[in-house]
Formats: sequence, C-alpha cells, structure tokens
Amino acid sequence: MKELKILGIVAAFTLVLYWGVEPFAHSQMHKHVEGEGLKYSDLKPAPKGDAARGEALAAACVGCHSINVKNMPAPMDPVMSAQTYGVNPPDLSLAGKVMDEKFFAHFLLNPAEVTKSKHFAMPPSAGSLQDAADIVAYFKSIAPKEVTPKETYEFACGRCHANRYGNWTQIGEVPKTKSNIKTGVDLDALEFKKNLGIYQNKLADYMGKLPPDLSIIIRARSEHFLETLVENPQSQLPGTAMPRVGLNKEGMEKVIEYLEETGDPSKHARSAVGPWVILFFFIFTILAYLWKKSIWKGHY
Amino acid sequence: MAHFDENAKPFSHQWLNERLAIDTLKRVLSTEYWIPKNINFLWAMGMVLAATFGLLLISGIFLLMYYQPNVDLAFDSVNYTIMSEVGYGWLWRHIHGVGASVVFLIIYIHMFTGIYYGSYKRGRELIWLSGMLLFVAFSAEAFSGYMLPWGQMSYWAGMVITNLFAGGSLHADSLVEWIRGDYVPGQAFLNRFFMLHVLLIPLAIIGLIVLHFGTLRIPHVNNQDGEEIDFEEAAKLYKEGKVKESKVIPFNPVFLSKDVFVMGVYFIFFFYLVFYHFEFAMDPVNFDPADPLKTPAHIYPEWYFLWSYEVLRPFSTDVGLIAFAIAQVIFFMLPFLDKSPNVAPASKRGLFKYWFWAMLIDMIVLTFMGKLPPEGIWSTIGLLAAIFFFVLWIALPIITKKEKKL
Repeated sequence: MKELKILGIVAAFTLVLYWGVEPFAHSQMHKHVEGEGLKYSDLKPAPKGDAARGEALAAACVGCHSINVKNMPAPMDPVMSAQTYGVNPPDLSLAGKVMDEKFFAHFLLNPAEVTKSKHFAMPPSAGSLQDAADIVAYFKSIAPKEVTPKETYEFACGRCHANRYGNWTQIGEVPKTKSNIKTGVDLDALEFKKNLGIYQNKLADYMGKLPPDLSIIIRARSEHFLETLVENPQSQLPGTAMPRVGLNKEGMEKVIEYLEETGDPSKHARSAVGPWVILFFFIFTILAYLWKKSIWKGHY
Repeated sequence: MAHFDENAKPFSHQWLNERLAIDTLKRVLSTEYWIPKNINFLWAMGMVLAATFGLLLISGIFLLMYYQPNVDLAFDSVNYTIMSEVGYGWLWRHIHGVGASVVFLIIYIHMFTGIYYGSYKRGRELIWLSGMLLFVAFSAEAFSGYMLPWGQMSYWAGMVITNLFAGGSLHADSLVEWIRGDYVPGQAFLNRFFMLHVLLIPLAIIGLIVLHFGTLRIPHVNNQDGEEIDFEEAAKLYKEGKVKESKVIPFNPVFLSKDVFVMGVYFIFFFYLVFYHFEFAMDPVNFDPADPLKTPAHIYPEWYFLWSYEVLRPFSTDVGLIAFAIAQVIFFMLPFLDKSPNVAPASKRGLFKYWFWAMLIDMIVLTFMGKLPPEGIWSTIGLLAAIFFFVLWIALPIITKKEKKL
C-alpha cells in the first residue's frame, strides 16, 4: 500500500510537469485560431448554376488552363507559364470536385479579393455571379468521381510547394532519367533542374519568397494549424502572400492525407505494431510478478 | 603464483575459476551482494536507468547505420531515409527520441529519491558525486544528440548554448568560435557534435556507470528508514536460512526479481509513449530544416534543461551566467552543505522536510517558466523562483545544522 502511495505521488508530479511544459506552455505560446469549418461565411450564397450555359462560358478558361478530363491541353508548359504569370495555372479537372462551390463562384468574380492575395495573377473571369455559378456547375459536372490525395495536393498546393519526400516539384514529378554511361553526365536531369530553377526564381518573384517544401510539414505544425491556415492563410500568418484556395471538406481531407503520406508514413505501421509490443510487456510483467512472488516467499 | 590444475578441461568450471575466480565474482557481485530488505520500488530506478541506457544504445546503433553527419544530408537522412526507407527505422528513432526524454525523468526521480532518503551521506558521498557526473554526461549526450537532425531547433539551440561560452562581458568570442569550429554552427560544428554524441560521451557514460556501481558496493544501498544495518550480521542470518528475520536480501535473485517486475511496468509505460505519445519528445520546430536566416519565434531547450535555463534567463547577462554556472554544479555540493548528522527520510527531519518539497516545487515552477515566453507575469514568477532556488541552497546548511540528532 505504501508503494502505491509513493507511486501516486511520483505519477502526480510527473503529470503536472507534463501538463506545464506541453499543453499549457503551447497554449500560451501560440495563439489559438478557431476555424469556421470551411463555411467561408464572408461570402454570400451563390445562385443555382446551369452546367450547359457554364460549358460555353468556360471555353475562355483554356486560354490559360488545361482541362485534362476533356483532353484540353494547356497553351504553355509550366516554365513558360511561370515566366508569363509568375506561377503555373492549375489543370481545372478537379476544380469542381475539391473546391467549395460558393467560394469558387465568388473567386471567378474577383480572385484577388476572395483569395485575400492582392497580387493574385488571375483576372476577374465572370461577368456576374450567375455566370460564375454556371461555370462552377459545369466544372462540377465534368469532375471525376474519385480523386487521389496526390492529385488534390498537385491542384491545391503543388504548383507553389514542392514535396521532395513525395518526389514532387513545382513543375511536376522528378522524371526518371539516365546518365551517359561513359561520363556519368545526365543531361536530361540537368535540363529538368534548370527548368525547375527558372520556375522557382519566377515563383519567388511572384510570391516574395520561395514557398516552403511541405514534405514533413505535418509533423512541424499541428493538423489544426494546417487546416485553419489553408482555410484562411491570413488568420495564422497575417500579411502572407499565400492565397486562400477555397477547399471543400473532401479537398481538405485529401490534402491532409497526402501530407501524412509523405510526412508521417509510419502511422499505419505504428498502430499495427504497437498493440503487440504492449501485449508482450504485459505478459512479461505478469510473469515477472509471479517470479518475484515465488522468490520473495517467506521473506516477510 | 596461483595454482593451475593441468588436468582441468578448458572452459570447465574449475578451469574458469582458476583463471577468473568466477565463484568469487559471482558471490561478491551478485549472490552475496546484500541489499536491505526495507526498500520500495524507487530502489529499482537504477536498474530502470541501466535498461533505458541499453535501449538508447541499441536504437542508437541502428540509427547510426543510416545517419549522415552532413549539413546538407542530415535532416533528410533522419526524416526521410530512417523514417520511411529503413525497415522499422521509425521505431528505432521513436525509441531513441522518447528514451532520451524519459531517461531524464527517471534520472530526476532517482536523484530526488536520493535527496529524500538522505542517500548521499555518511559514506555514500561518492555515490552521489559519481551520479552527478553521470547527470552532467547525460546532459552533454542529450544536447549533442539534439544537434544531429539539423532542424531549426538543433541549429538555434546550438547557436544559443555555444554563445553562453562567450561569458557575457568577458566577450570570449574566440572560445565560442573554437568550440564551433566556425563563426556560426556549420559543417565543422555538426561533425564534432556527432563525434561527441556517438563516441566520446558514451564512452565516458559507460565508464561513469561502472564507477557509480563501484561506489555503491562498500557503503551499500540505503534503506527506507536510513537505518544503519550491520550487513555482516544480517547476511549471516540470511545464509543460515533465517530469511524472515534478516534485514537483507541478496542482489541476485531476490532484489533482481523485484527490479525485473518494476522494469516490466516501466516498459509498458515506455512503449505506450513510443507508439502513442511520442510527440512530447520530438519538438515540432525541429521538423523544419535548419535555416540560418530565420530565427524561430520561441527558442527553448528540451524540458529537462528548462529549470537551469530559467535560472539563467531572468537576470542580466553576467549575473544570469554566474547563476547558471552555480546551478549547474550546486547539486554536487549537496553532501557537504547538508550538515545534519541524520540519515533519514525527509519526513523525519524537521525543517529539511519542507526544504525538500520546496526545492522540488521550485524546480517544477522554474521548468514551467523556462518554456513560457518571458513576458509579463511569467518573467516575474521566473525571477522569484530563480532567487528562491538560491535562497534554498543558502538556507540548507543553516537548517540542517540546527537539526536534532534522531
């Protein structure tokens, strides 16, 4: 009984210590930003859209963007796009799938204001909120049923943020190339590196600095931080050049899933191995207790 | 000249005995190494520490096979190669990270157990001093290891801590450069801390562990009441089979069987942390790669250094450094500042009882304040706690001198 009392005191001090240096200290060090559950409540609801009308209006989009699901290629490659606009415009196949409808519609009307990013490269692209809603309805109608975490990342984050653990650069995946067997020189890889360099320089001019690689950001920031940051970058980093991208719930989940895949790949292995190790030590402890009991027999 | 029986079979019991005295060794180190019976589970912390050191050593060996001590490769060798390419690399890393943190929790429990029961007095001074040397060696080991992932906190903690060696107004900047091998932490810095972490300090730790065990053998382990036991008499009783009447037990197997049980409970706790709660031991800031151009918003050491960091921080630079230097060594002085003739648990020692709990709580308060941003009320509490820390040390010889002999 005395031992349990001592254990209780040790455990109590340990827990107080833990509380002070972890939850309490962190609550004091970082301001807490309450998200709004991707409601984008600063924007008014958009009217119901007509996909057929939207299709005609969306013809203008391919002046800058590709729509791969419709086999419409981009007019320029990523590097030339960056030289023209500062950044490569996204392929629009997923726009209707992972973006919030209301956000998307208002975004088409006034991209700079809605993204809260004053120098946003895209010009206003719809004449009225009804036109915008029609375009949104069109993109919803052509969006694929399923979307992978990686595709979502490419669409939403990947043209500014590399992810080297996911083999991703701002201009696409690092290609598999072969070096010259006699010299060891890999001209294709050097060419890719040069193109990436040109793109990154332009992107840094456009954004003010090169946006960070997000390989392991999931462990460097909390999930809550990332979700509220993506929902509204200004709430966590006032004055940041990062635009609000208007993801919906599915889009956000997929992005977080991708960041976990690259930044915390052992998550599944941990939950698979953990219980067995703990079980092993449970049995170990029970056996040790029985051994102790038999050894100590007669000592008191 | 010793006698060697030529007919003894190689590696037989007799053969080994003549060459290694294995029977004597076994008797002295194990079956007749007497431990008081009147102890609780806190007496198992030494073995728990040894086991944790073993886990750190083994996991460290596995990590060493893939770690790259290079400023361009270190971060990814840890966070990518080890975490996703090496089979179970994540497990070794999390064991190593959690182990480094938990080992300090156990060290502090072990230390405060010693302080509470007066286990640093009357013949046990060297146990305390060798233990304190171990504490210093473990601190250096933890700090040097923290540099290796070369994240933001590695870099900036390295910057801040090596800056301390400039000695404030002394401006010993050349000493700082000598320690870093450069004007700022860089390749030379990473390489030497890598060497310290994987070779020099572990060697010192192993040597000190042997010394620590050695210092224990003659004065024997203390007991829950600080009672002075006649070990020879008690051992005689035990060997006569009067195990119930005897006040001692042999280390092997009686004491050991309890140790192993306590270790089992500890391992459940340890591996729960490894699998389900490792974040506390791996600071998020260190998952951003080192960036000499970007100072993190908050720079703080790992939790086990926070109390001494807070002794440094609330004062002006020079006073802070002196306070910090004293705080690093003051615990070495404990056996000599405690003037009381009594070896007894703090609860029976009058004012010392309050001294013990005040010291424990003050160090926890210092720890809290060491992590919080030094603003407003936190700085004031930090300053008061730091001053109180020294007041307690000044008061120690006075209150213990007045203590009545029990």
